Amino acid sequence: MAVTTDTGADFRTRLQSWLPKLVLSPSLAVMLIFVYGFIAFTIYLSFTDSRMLPSYEWVGWQNYDRLFRVREWNIALTNLAIFASLYIAICTVIGLMLAIFLDQKIRGEGILRPIFLYPMALSFIVTGTAWKWFLDPAIGLENTMHLWGWESFAFDWIKDREMAIYTIVLAAVWQSSGFVMAMFLAGLRGIDNEILKAAQMDGASNFQLYRRIILPQLRPAFLSAFVILSHLAIKSYDLVIALTGGGPGNATALPATFMYSYTFTRNQMGIGAASAVIMLMTIAAIMVPYLYAELREKK
Amino acid sequence: MTMIKKLHMTAAVLALSTTAVAAQEVEVLHWWTSGGEAAAVGTLRDTLATGGIGWVDMPVAGGGGSDAMTVLRARVTAGDPPTAVQMLGFSIQDWAAEGALANLDELAAEQGWAEVVPDALQAFSTYEGSWVAAPVNVHSTNWVWANTALMDELGIEQPTDWDGFVAAMQAAQDAGYTALAHGGQAWQDATVFESMVMGVGGPEFYQASMVDLDPEALGSDTMVEAFQRMETLRGFVDDNFSGRDWNLASAMVISGDALFQIMGDWAKGEFVNAGMTAGEEFQCFRVPGTEGTVMFNSDQFAMFNVTDPEAQESQLAMASAVMSPEFQVTFNLVKGSVPARTDIPSDQFDACGQLGMEQLASAAEGGTLFGSMAHGHANNPSVQNAMYDVITAHFNGEYDAETAAAELVTAVEIAQ
Amino acid sequence: MAAASTENAIRSSSFSRVLIYLVLLLFALFYLLPFGIMLVNSLKPLSEITGGNMIALPREWTIEPWLSAWSTAQIGVQPTGLRPYFINSIVMAVPAVLLSTIFGALNGYVLTKWHFPGATIIFGLLLFSCFIPFQIVLIPMARILGILDIAGTTGGLVLVHFVYGVGFTTLYFRNYYAAFPTELVRAAQIDGAGFFQIFYRILLPSSGPIIAVSFIWQFTNIWNDFLFGASFASGGSAPMTVALNNLVNSSTGVREYNVHFAGAIMAAAPTLLVYIVAGRYFVRGLMAGSVKG
Repeated sequence: MAVTTDTGADFRTRLQSWLPKLVLSPSLAVMLIFVYGFIAFTIYLSFTDSRMLPSYEWVGWQNYDRLFRVREWNIALTNLAIFASLYIAICTVIGLMLAIFLDQKIRGEGILRPIFLYPMALSFIVTGTAWKWFLDPAIGLENTMHLWGWESFAFDWIKDREMAIYTIVLAAVWQSSGFVMAMFLAGLRGIDNEILKAAQMDGASNFQLYRRIILPQLRPAFLSAFVILSHLAIKSYDLVIALTGGGPGNATALPATFMYSYTFTRNQMGIGAASAVIMLMTIAAIMVPYLYAELREKK
Repeated sequence: MTMIKKLHMTAAVLALSTTAVAAQEVEVLHWWTSGGEAAAVGTLRDTLATGGIGWVDMPVAGGGGSDAMTVLRARVTAGDPPTAVQMLGFSIQDWAAEGALANLDELAAEQGWAEVVPDALQAFSTYEGSWVAAPVNVHSTNWVWANTALMDELGIEQPTDWDGFVAAMQAAQDAGYTALAHGGQAWQDATVFESMVMGVGGPEFYQASMVDLDPEALGSDTMVEAFQRMETLRGFVDDNFSGRDWNLASAMVISGDALFQIMGDWAKGEFVNAGMTAGEEFQCFRVPGTEGTVMFNSDQFAMFNVTDPEAQESQLAMASAVMSPEFQVTFNLVKGSVPARTDIPSDQFDACGQLGMEQLASAAEGGTLFGSMAHGHANNPSVQNAMYDVITAHFNGEYDAETAAAELVTAVEIAQ
Repeated sequence: MAAASTENAIRSSSFSRVLIYLVLLLFALFYLLPFGIMLVNSLKPLSEITGGNMIALPREWTIEPWLSAWSTAQIGVQPTGLRPYFINSIVMAVPAVLLSTIFGALNGYVLTKWHFPGATIIFGLLLFSCFIPFQIVLIPMARILGILDIAGTTGGLVLVHFVYGVGFTTLYFRNYYAAFPTELVRAAQIDGAGFFQIFYRILLPSSGPIIAVSFIWQFTNIWNDFLFGASFASGGSAPMTVALNNLVNSSTGVREYNVHFAGAIMAAAPTLLVYIVAGRYFVRGLMAGSVKG
């Protein structure tokens, strides 16, 4: 009798100590297969002559060699550098500004906040056509300004090879800056007011308050925003397809559109896989140091 | 009727695992999703329904069929291919090479397909001598669409050569109209470009450069001249062309803001929908310089391997229905294209349709029927898109004509 | 949990307040503009759109495009409108959101409250998985779904969305629970509470805001996904975005822009609703959790 209860309790303790790992294991398993397994598969494909479907003919570095000889890939990389840096910087600045402004006991905050936030809810399959029209000089903003009597107004960036990438930035900022605003707003609301009051007593100006006390406390919000924005920037695909289709010419191609085009439209899966590997390495180069710093700090 | 439809739909929604195509059913992947063309495919479904064969619809629009091809790859990789797939040109050959397509030889022999389908089309519908696909239509790309009222107003006759074409456009531009309505998307640029290649170099040069991919032809002075003609056309296009959809360009011709548009015969639907009649309110003629030749692309239903005998039966019934003269007429009347069979009387078609059918038949006989480069009927997708890159970069002013021809050689080499 | 207060100690002059309101209103206008264009044009007859100024208000108001998009527009060969696909999307999104939220919560709980060797590395791996470009997973995923015999089923699609969502939900819950006092968990443990009991009784009751965040994030991503929906759902069970794409993206057909816009707004309605209704909790959830890092 006593013996059975003993093993029962023993079993239960052992179960308890195993439970956390047991609970974690399904997620871990699917992740190892569906993420890291697939990454390994992609790396393998990038060394094969896969075209329409995966093939297992080894060709060494040939795909990488071709990849860097394709002009469009260099355009795509340059575009990503321009796009990602502007997108992240502008979203952060606008998000922070709107959050600070909204934090000033604004009347109607309950209405403004969802207005700033809602673009994140929409995909570019939904808003793409509206953006395209808005940016089109013949029917959009430029035309409207002309109709209102501002004849010299010009806004034809989307038709301009040099400027088109900036219209992509504009639409992307529209979509995500409200989300960044929400993150900063949350950060601001989390700051202890007592500290601020004390500093104010000491005669600190508003500017000083923000620079010395508030912004440093928002560091976690900055980091979260950076992670989310950089992941969105690298994955940006729908946006380009909806707005410019990569044009004028190839002026707005991004690595994600390049990868899709080579893997699926052009039946050059090997080159597509090679470009994916380069993208993953870039992401790793940015993310791993960040993750390392973040996670080490926690301990 | 509606009740049954509703029930059918609810069933489709409720049956969450409808993958396994039941015996008396065909699952069809296609990208004909807009009103008119979808309704045209609907007639095929109705025909099959009378024979007791169900239709599982799987439309995926976007990218001129490229999204549908992506989906197809996922389906085949998962071991669950659809029964029939709308396909263009070289894709059929690629899938046949993978051994994924069914053999339709028996049916084709019985119904005599080989006698009624032009050889140039058969080159795509058959693989190593066996029928693998049923052609639905023939689109032709080297058409000019013109606004009759505007031509009359400017006193322009239908141009018969390149210089006349340029002079007509000059007249329109001088009068303050847009001479050439064009949408700056890669495939549209390429559609215009292939007519220029044909116009400058003629059929042999087109074959050498666009189909055989001879580097000498690709980098030749003739190619430079074709690019120069693109520059000439660029001068007649309005500033706002970039990214414009082709149908909005058609709308410019329809409304009389623009004189010409160079576009495939699917553009006709836009004119007809606007209440215009072919040969009266609007004109169609071959791009000057390309008369006598027809550049085509053809939608076909590629039939995938199915194992179940009853499913095979349904598949054959579908292939047979696609090739029936009735369907070829109904579908193409709506679509603006012409039937893939050359033995169909043209009296139901409008002026442009009749002209197209007549020219298709004579080009097929005279050996001047060529696959369209812009629409994947001259070479495989990687080469086709590599050419797009150069053509569109040049048209947007990144290269001059000489550099463009040189880049074309490199791009094609990398893509091969 | 955190000493959060909507009060702010900073005072500002009335001049700068006017300026602040002005800037906020201008941005509100900027954010509303694309949606406004869609709404206005969905209420016009087609002739007014192709013939005139696309930004102008309708001269003739009509709800015809809305009716057409919902129930009669041609999506494939059947003139069904978007209605049946709406249900498909819900059938797909709800289980996927629930599953990824439940597992995300449990993972977050394990990773913060049950330290074991390698937990940090596992979290790092999960986090990095959020960055995988979806284009590369398409073909291998199709193969695996085929092997599991769930290709083309809603079940398969739910699995796919679970797999690529659980990294995000784990991130949210982990950051949230990291700020949760571990002493409470230890105390409960000493009292003999089990693994699930602690989660159920102690963490879950205070998880409202972060559940809202996870729910909003996942629902939005899953509802808006096109690539997986198009590739892994077969005809009848295709989600809303695929149907919408078929409606607006046909290549060689006539384009009914007003119907397209009406359809687009319908397709976006659920996510919009979620943002507006649950948006308040969203900021609160972020406040209490993830930004604390």
